[in-house]
Amino acid sequence: MTTTLPTKVAPAATPRKPLRPGRVLMYALLVLAALFFLVPVYLLFATALKSPEAIELATTWHWPTTLNWASFSDAWTKIGGNMLNSVFLAVVATLLSALLGSLNGYALSKWKFRGANTLFALMLFGMFIPYQAVLIPLFQFIKSLGLYGSIWGLILAHVVYGLPITTLIFRNFYADVPDALIEAATIDGAGFWQIYGRVIFPISIPGFVVVIIWQFTQVWNEFLFAATLTNTSSQPVTYALSQLAGGQAVSWNLPMAGAILAALPTLLVYILLGRYFVRGLLAGSVKG
Amino acid sequence: MKGLSKDRLWSMAVLAPSIILVAVFVYGFIARSVYVSMTDWGNDPAQALALDPVIRFIGLANYQELFTGFLQGRFRQELVSTVFFTLFFILGCLGLGLGLALILDRNPRGEGLWRTIFLFPMSLSFIVTGTIWRWMLQPQGGVNQAPTLFGGQPATFPWLSSTDAIWKFDWNKLPLITASVVAVVLIVVAARAAQSGDRRRTLVAAVCAALLLGWALLVAPNLKLLPAPEPHGFNLALIGIIIAAVWQMSGYTMALYLAGLRGIPEELREAAKVDGAGDLGMYRHVIFPLLAPISLSAMIVLGHISLKIFDLVYAMAGPDNINTSVPALNMYLTSFRQNQFALGAAIGTILLILVAFVIVPYLTSQFRAEEGHA
Repeated sequence: MTTTLPTKVAPAATPRKPLRPGRVLMYALLVLAALFFLVPVYLLFATALKSPEAIELATTWHWPTTLNWASFSDAWTKIGGNMLNSVFLAVVATLLSALLGSLNGYALSKWKFRGANTLFALMLFGMFIPYQAVLIPLFQFIKSLGLYGSIWGLILAHVVYGLPITTLIFRNFYADVPDALIEAATIDGAGFWQIYGRVIFPISIPGFVVVIIWQFTQVWNEFLFAATLTNTSSQPVTYALSQLAGGQAVSWNLPMAGAILAALPTLLVYILLGRYFVRGLLAGSVKG
Repeated sequence: MKGLSKDRLWSMAVLAPSIILVAVFVYGFIARSVYVSMTDWGNDPAQALALDPVIRFIGLANYQELFTGFLQGRFRQELVSTVFFTLFFILGCLGLGLGLALILDRNPRGEGLWRTIFLFPMSLSFIVTGTIWRWMLQPQGGVNQAPTLFGGQPATFPWLSSTDAIWKFDWNKLPLITASVVAVVLIVVAARAAQSGDRRRTLVAAVCAALLLGWALLVAPNLKLLPAPEPHGFNLALIGIIIAAVWQMSGYTMALYLAGLRGIPEELREAAKVDGAGDLGMYRHVIFPLLAPISLSAMIVLGHISLKIFDLVYAMAGPDNINTSVPALNMYLTSFRQNQFALGAAIGTILLILVAFVIVPYLTSQFRAEEGHA
């Protein structure tokens, strides 16, 4: 983060240089780009805060004259239950897949055996498959387990299909742990589990933060499994929101408020822990 | 590293459940899907949800139906749409992401804030993004009303409901077009191999290209997939969805490129400057070549996302808008709304093949390189 400026001016003692035309252009471009990203947010809030009668296409862009906070409570009564479903789903699925991923990553990076990399590559393929290609057997399988329509079927699916990415992140994380540390521990007589419990797990907290944030976001935002494996009582918020927004009769303040509610948890995680979010993002792009 | 055999057994035991789960849920289910796609399960609605459905093996008939059947024009349009969508989505994300990263690399004030702004859509679900943009792109609202803010007339572009298409081609020409495109790619491969002095590769690629071109010119024109011409093209209704997708995902490419730019050692830039490279020359000869691998991995990740994207389309244009539909959405509807499981499985398998074309070479090259270095 502390690279020096690639300018022709020698690094002067003054912390800021005078604004040159190039820098003005740079800020102009930044503001323009920021507008592209933020204008939808403005419209989102402006619409959510309007009363249904005040929503007219011609005045889309106007900020509401009177703020109508009722949209949020109305939206909550429609999708609040689904939000709670999502919380349960995301928390349980995230913790389970993080724990499994940590153990897998440890076994794959610190107890390498022949073919470990091939095995891992085969596993990683599961991260990229379009879930449409496994959806019908998955649906049948969950149904045959008697888990269709229950949140546990959805949890199972998310844990299994989350394994590749959690294993990947932990494997890369543990790759930076020096092997000498493990060797020293083995010489001291520690075995597989002692090393995990006393050496690996305690230093895994940053890894867990990355994985948990990443998985939580993924599970919370997922739609295909949510639409296929659940019924009305167990549907997560993404599905409920799509139904709320797809209805023709509903006035727009409601889906907008619903979108804000549905986005809030992951958005908060991102704003509070953005650094770890980005790390998960970069890890997801498979750098070895 | 040497470990006791007991520890090794433990490490296998720890991995075993995950391996079994992935084997069943990924490979087993894929095999099962492929099998289902070759049956007639659900083609007879009465049998679809029966407790003990009569399922017959019918080979590749479902695939034939999808590519040449009278009723499956929607699917063919979707295949074309998904190719255009992927192309423009990747171009948009790479272009915008690179631009933003290059600007942020020049250390503007409040860099963290800018980054937060550009990346936040990543944390949203496609359903939320779709809901927001559906409102932005209402025919008489949102973006179309924007000119009135500056005293202009509202625009009238039918963002998600346009039925116009450009770059139309006849579906019957598909074999010709596909073969020609692959042949051109092979020619490029051959030329590159010739440059790097790999004679065997040059020869193989050149021969394959020649065979394909010959086939395209001699055989393909006589192939008739459909009895009548069926035009497909780039539906303009997709533009809005592409914009929303770029809005959501370009922060990702920005983060990738920024990480790449920050990883370029300062000495390299200094050295380029000493060698007399100007700003532009440095980007062209030093920085962009170093970013090429990042572009490639971004293309892979974005490509597979875009081939399977459907929730964004579902939320923005609804499930029944043929002009914006994509195969991933069709698969869901065919299987779980119409209960035509075999046909749905066939669409899912085609999607998998498309994604595998992108992913498998990438994974193999990544891991071959790694095993080589280990």
